[in-house]
Amino acid sequence: MNFVVCLKRVPDSAAKIKVAADGKSIETSGVDHVISPYDEIALERALQLREEHGGEVTVLCLGLPEASKEIRQALAMGADKAIHLKDGGGSRGPFEIAKALAEVLGSIEADLVLFGKQSIDADNGAVGIMTAQLLGRPVISLVTKLEIADGKVLAHRESDAGTEVVEASLPAVVTAQRGLAEPRYPSIKGIMQAKKKPIDERDAPASEGSMALDSIVPPPERQGGRIVGEGVDAVAELVRLLRQEAKVL
Amino acid sequence: MAYEAPDFFDIDSLLTEDERMIRDAVRSWVSERVVPIIADHYMAGTFPDELIPEMAELGLLGAGIEGYGCAGLGAVAYGLILQELERGDSGLRSFASVQGSLAMWPIRAFGSEEQKQHWLPRMNSGEAIGCFGLTEPDHGSDPGGMETKAVKKGDKYILNGTKMWITNASMAHVAVVWAKLEGRVRGFLVEKGTPGFSAQQMKNKYSLRASDTSELIMQDAEVPEGNLLPGVDGLKGPLNCLSQARSGIAWGVAGAAMACFDEALQYGLTRRQFGKPIAQFQLQQAKLAETLTEITKMQLMNLRLGRMKEEGRATPQQVSMAKRNACFHALEIARRCRDMLGANGITSEYQVMRHMCNLESVKTYEGTHDIHTLILGHAITGLDGFR
Repeated sequence: MNFVVCLKRVPDSAAKIKVAADGKSIETSGVDHVISPYDEIALERALQLREEHGGEVTVLCLGLPEASKEIRQALAMGADKAIHLKDGGGSRGPFEIAKALAEVLGSIEADLVLFGKQSIDADNGAVGIMTAQLLGRPVISLVTKLEIADGKVLAHRESDAGTEVVEASLPAVVTAQRGLAEPRYPSIKGIMQAKKKPIDERDAPASEGSMALDSIVPPPERQGGRIVGEGVDAVAELVRLLRQEAKVL
Repeated sequence: MAYEAPDFFDIDSLLTEDERMIRDAVRSWVSERVVPIIADHYMAGTFPDELIPEMAELGLLGAGIEGYGCAGLGAVAYGLILQELERGDSGLRSFASVQGSLAMWPIRAFGSEEQKQHWLPRMNSGEAIGCFGLTEPDHGSDPGGMETKAVKKGDKYILNGTKMWITNASMAHVAVVWAKLEGRVRGFLVEKGTPGFSAQQMKNKYSLRASDTSELIMQDAEVPEGNLLPGVDGLKGPLNCLSQARSGIAWGVAGAAMACFDEALQYGLTRRQFGKPIAQFQLQQAKLAETLTEITKMQLMNLRLGRMKEEGRATPQQVSMAKRNACFHALEIARRCRDMLGANGITSEYQVMRHMCNLESVKTYEGTHDIHTLILGHAITGLDGFR
């Protein structure tokens, strides 16, 4: 089985995010970057499935040259090799990213392609699904349980109504939801071995600029609260304000 | 609140990518697996045994040992591991230092091929735990005066004596015990279950409560002759082990100091008195400035010591300076940060007082502050202040 896990480099969720001077990017100096956590969950499940069924895990990353650090991290966790589509910059919408990934995925053997359900920086949840569409393969999103048997994937996915149990024939694409797997820590041995694993570096297709990010505006500062009165007398006024002003009742 | 490690002089950029990755892996593991449970273990006076398999899985136990399935990391990478472990708790770092530097290291350096093959892979995988028996009830700073004796009898050595303040001893499968054989200090591998050999856990500690500290008692303990460490004769054996471990301590306590600084800073920024965050008051800022400066000095000294060790040219006196300085300042920092947390600082909700109490031991063990002062005095003047 050939597993391919698509990874995105994102700012650490614990980092304090500041908008850069250009107003449309974030300040990256002093910000730690990590593998997007849902992608890391997808990677962990791929590693587990490889341990069960044999085969290889390849990571595929479209990202700036600096993303080599996150690729190395994935190799240290146990992935066998990597393809790094080096991004020369410029904004790309989800569809452009999906096209670039699909082009690579179409040219290699990939029985099961795994994505995180979304990236935690831009909250894009479309790339995995669009990629599957471009490849003409079945896709199961928001997967919380994933098994392989008899050339098929069996997956659980969350919905408001409960859990859906879905089956798809291979080759297929899935996107990982929290709960699918608990990512391992890279071991020292893994970190030492990662240096010797191959990273196939290619130039990403130039950005088409079909979608551009205009500006990033931080959420407004929270305003101080208001005390409408005290005791029973205040209840009527409070209810009125909650209804008419805050519109939460 | 997520931990933010202080790195005021961008020491990160002096590390290799591997070193940073190893450090980050251990840092996340400590944040997620150690920090949430360690205060309860500390209060209960128990060592977190459940973490041993995880530490082994990460490859931390024999990380500094070359060969026999161990990672063979350089001194800086190994130091960074210990720094992160002690950011969690000195007890956890002590466990790792004793396993790696005081038990595995002498077996690697002085053991027979058979001893190495038998013990090192098992100790690296956490299947076997080791301890180190040098200090005795009446011989702490002066190990040369040891009273534990070994006598050859047939194909066995008969050991008699008591070792005290032995980390990991109650859980250990093998103890590296130093004893006098015909007047010379020799090392013996004393296995759990040896007739006449027992460990007695020491309770009632105010410090290193999440650590197993025991006494080793040997009453006609029968050790097979194959368990003598063949490669070393004399006090330099145990002293070389201590030199290994002491450099790790210098790294470790920097981690404890970093934890205290981070906690005091976060606290100062969120705790408000007189209508503003207490970190805005000059007295708090002076404490933070002092603390960060000392941490930065420690980090730089550790890095330099580590690089010199990697080049094979660090001297025991340089190790003494790093251990002495780092322990002294880490303890001062922990006390100062405890102060900065006011009354909250004495509770197990926060880490500062746990680190503070731990560091009292760490400043004392593996050469007290005063003993390292004399080692440095000797190095500076050429005059031996011990005698």
